[in-house]
Order: sequence, then structure tokens, then C-alpha cells
Amino acid sequence: MTTPLLQVDAVTVHFGGITALERVGFSLVAGELLGLIGPNGAGKTTLLRAIIGVVAPDEGRVHLAGRDITTLSTDARARLGLALTHQIVRPFRSMSVIDNVVLAAGHAKTGSLLKAVAAVGRVAEERRAGELLALVGIADFAQANPAALPLGALKRLEVARALAIDPKVLLLDEPLAGLNSVEAERLAETLVRLNAGGITMILIEHNLAKVAEVCARLVVLDNGRKIADGATRETLADPAVVAAYIGKEAADART
Amino acid sequence: MGAYELTLVAVVSINVMLALGLNLITGFCGQVSLGHAAFFGTGAYAAALMAAAGWPLPVVLVAGGVTAAVLGLLVGFTSLRVREDFLAITTMGVGFVFVGFVRKQGWLGAEMGLTNIPDHGLGDIGFILMCLGLVAAMAAISAHIKRSWLGFGFAAVADDEATARTLGINVPLYKLAAFVIGTFLAGVAGAVYVYFTRFIIPGAFGFTVSISILSMVIVGGVGSLWGVIVAAVLLTLLPEFSRVINDYKLLLYGALIVLTMRFAPDGLAGIVTSLSRRLRRSET
Ligand SMILES: Nc1ncnc2c1ncn2[C@@H]1O[C@H](COP(=O)(O)OP(=O)(O)O)[C@@H](O)[C@H]1O
Ligand SMILES: [Mg+2]
Repeated sequence: MTTPLLQVDAVTVHFGGITALERVGFSLVAGELLGLIGPNGAGKTTLLRAIIGVVAPDEGRVHLAGRDITTLSTDARARLGLALTHQIVRPFRSMSVIDNVVLAAGHAKTGSLLKAVAAVGRVAEERRAGELLALVGIADFAQANPAALPLGALKRLEVARALAIDPKVLLLDEPLAGLNSVEAERLAETLVRLNAGGITMILIEHNLAKVAEVCARLVVLDNGRKIADGATRETLADPAVVAAYIGKEAADART
Repeated sequence: MGAYELTLVAVVSINVMLALGLNLITGFCGQVSLGHAAFFGTGAYAAALMAAAGWPLPVVLVAGGVTAAVLGLLVGFTSLRVREDFLAITTMGVGFVFVGFVRKQGWLGAEMGLTNIPDHGLGDIGFILMCLGLVAAMAAISAHIKRSWLGFGFAAVADDEATARTLGINVPLYKLAAFVIGTFLAGVAGAVYVYFTRFIIPGAFGFTVSISILSMVIVGGVGSLWGVIVAAVLLTLLPEFSRVINDYKLLLYGALIVLTMRFAPDGLAGIVTSLSRRLRRSET
């Protein structure tokens, strides 16, 4: 068996009295596109944040490509190839849309102070950022300020910016929410294509039909616990999942 | 140029250097400092001791900068530990501690200050040229940083630290870099000041000075290079030309900070940008 690209072991996160995650573990093989589902408040966002280190787990370990990254800072994890898109968008509002992506595309330069102070040119990064904006379908907004963008465009900016750091594992926190159905369809296709091109992904998405269409495997959280982990079709049919989830939506997705 | 004009040029130059240094920390990197005068003073005292011991001017300038930058590094470390709003209070505290400390140190001349500082030996014109050269060099360094990927990273840190981290930017390291470079400039300014007055007392590096430097950065337009330079020149000259303004200096600077933040958060630079945009629109 090959070592998993990402391995999460018994991660527990408390917020004051709330247990957001309780001993959640799973592993991810390179090339997978894993769906992470569960009702609101299940702990999905917290799990992605714990993987990239924005939230420090109270217990448990996270390994990336066999290396224990549990105690590494978020920026060190990003430099090792983890990227996150935020469920609640967080563009740099003091920069244009394209500069948000250019900055990320320059990760090799900003990753070291000495390189950062010596390097001035941005041509290659601007080209790459332009390509990524076009890829997610917001090239028209390149020069705009993020404040002027509709939510659907900001969600796609999150994806373009995360892609710009050339991640090995892309953590996508509801990237399709806020997009209209045409935009969502296009972005989902793009993600599938990028996944086929070698980027491993975890996708949080509340539309189960969409998840079933895109992901071969699902991890299901409920109340901070993992209640299922397996092939999409079987997992959605799992009585525990049907019970925890909104039964009707799960039933719809199976047909 | 008479002696008075030369004095003005030197004082303006020193203030521009101080404002450029603080602009790196507060303007580029978003770390508020209400204690910039402490770094100015640290550089000045280090320079005064070195100059009195017979070290040549270039060495003294660098030593002033390095000593201030060491303190800057230490204060920078605290900036990593405290929340944003608390950093203002911390740096203000550093300013008061600095003055309080120096006042009690016999080897630093205590209240009486240090006086045995040798002449720079450059002559009046030579000294002014050195001041202007240093201002030009510091402006060039600032301009380079702003254009570089370091400046790009600073802008991200100033905007949203947590998001900057998810893009691989080592936020603590960037903050420390801003503090070290900005306080180095302040220390060099301190050394220049020492040669200029040849006499320093603790009171020359108090809270008023920190606030005046901050007002130059804010009025000029946080992060804007030319805006900050223009504001530093104007705010230094204003009290020189009006006795009344001089008497109410702290009040004026404080009011300018409040008014700018309330009505023109992007300062002079922002006002000029929006005016020129309006002009261009009315032309077409
Ligand atoms: N920063 C936080 N502080 C306190 N509670 C939080 C925080 N983030 C999440 N929670 C709580 O943790 C639980 C899981 O939240 P979250 O991970 O956002 O769920 P999901 O993304 O599955 O909707 C919820 O009860 C939520 O209220
Ligand atoms: Mg969520």
C-alpha cells in the first residue's frame, strides 16, 4: 500500500464548551477528490481549518506525505502544498482581484524573506494569475476591487487564489455555494479536470446531488464525529447517514 | 543659505527619515507604533557614545541604526504576541520606558544629557548634503521595498494576517523585518540628530515626538511614499513659521491624526488621487 498523501488521526477540537470535532480520522490517497459532507454545524469547516493549521487541534495528528505537520504553522503547511478556500470569502480588500492571485502565484518569492526583498518582477505571476482568473471564469473582474464583486465571483476568486500556490492538496470549503447553477456547473467541471490533472482535493458541498456527481468517495460528519467513510453510492445509502442527514435530500441524491 | 535655513533643512531631513522608517512599519506592514521616538533616541544615544569615543562618522551612523534595530527586533517580538489594538499601547509603553530609563542613567548623562559630541567635520554644506543624501537613500530603499515582493507581502499582512498565512507568507518574520528595517532608519536619523545638535537630552525623544512622526505618516497617507514625505516636510515647517502653532504642536498633530482618519483615511495621497480622478473625468 502506498502512504496516504494526507492522513488525519483522531483530531479533536474544542471551542470553549463545544466539541466541534471528536477523534475524527481519515486518510486521502494522492489523486482523490473526497467529498466532505454533513449537516450544518457538523464540523466540516473546522476539520479543514485544523488540517491547514488555522485551528490548533486539542488532540490528534495530521500527516502530509508521511510527514507530521501537526505542530507546523499555517504558512509552513501552505509552503508544503496545502491550500484552503474560505467558506466565508476573505479577499485582500486593499488589492485588485488579480493582485490577490498574483500574490499567491509568487509564493516561491514571498516564501523566503531574502528572495522577497530581492525580487521585483511580476510578469510570470501576472500571466499565471490571468490564466487562473480565466479558468474560474472571472477574468472580466481582474482589475476590479473585490468590494465591487458579487459573492459568486468572490467564491471563485478564493479558488483561483488557492490554486495559485500550486497545492498538492486543495481544501475547498463550499466553493460552489453562492454561484448560480450555470457557474456552479462550470466550476465543478473545472475542479474535476484539475483533479484529473493531479491535484488532490477535499470538497465540502451541501448539494448532495452535486457531491454524488463529482466525488467517488465521501466522509460524513455529524455533531463533530465521523459517521461514515466510503464509496459515494454506498455511503449515501448508509442508514446512519440518511438518519443524520436530511433524509429527503439523501434519498433524492440516490435516484 | 544662512544658518537658519541650514538648520531647517537638517531638521526636515531628520523628520523625513523618521517618517519613512515608521511608514515601513505602520504604512507598509500595518503595525501601529506609538513609540517610534524610542528608536530614534536609542540610535542617538548609541551614536553619541560612539562619536565621543572617537569613532568616525560612517561607523557612528551605522552603529546608531543597528542599535535601534536591535531594540526594534525585541519590540517586534512583542508585536507577535499582542493583538493589534494592544500593540499601540505596548509601543507607547516602550516610548515611556525608554525616556524613564535614560533619565536615571548616569553613564547616559541622566537629565543633563550628553554634550561631549565631536564636530562631524563635514562643514555646514557638507552636512546638509549628507542629510539630503541619506533622505534620498532611505526614500529609494522604501520605494524598492514597496515594489518588491517583500512590500507585496507586507500589504497582505497589513490587510489580513490569517489569509496571508494560508498563502505561505511567514507573517511573524515579515513583521520582524518591517520593525528591523523601520527602526534601523530611525536609529540612523538619531545619529544624524546627534551630529546636528551635538547635545542630547532624554526629553528630545518623548511621546510628543512619536506622535508627530505618526501624524506625518497618517496625514501623508499610510503607505504612500511621496505623501508621507510631503506631510513630514509640511508638518515640520509649520511650527517653525508660526509661534502659535509651535505652542499647540501636540494638539495640532493629535487633531490632524483624528481628522485625517475620520475624513480622509488615505491622507494627502488619497485626496490627490481622488482629485486627479475627478479632474480626468471632467476632462473627458
Ligand atoms: N471559532 C469558533 N468559535 C466557537 N465555536 C465555533 C467556531 N467555529 C466553529 N464553531 C462551532 O463548531 C461547530 C462546527 O462548526 P463548523 O466546523 O463551522 O461546521 P460546518 O462547517 O460543518 O457547518 C459549530 O457548533 C460551530 O458553532
Ligand atoms: Mg462550514
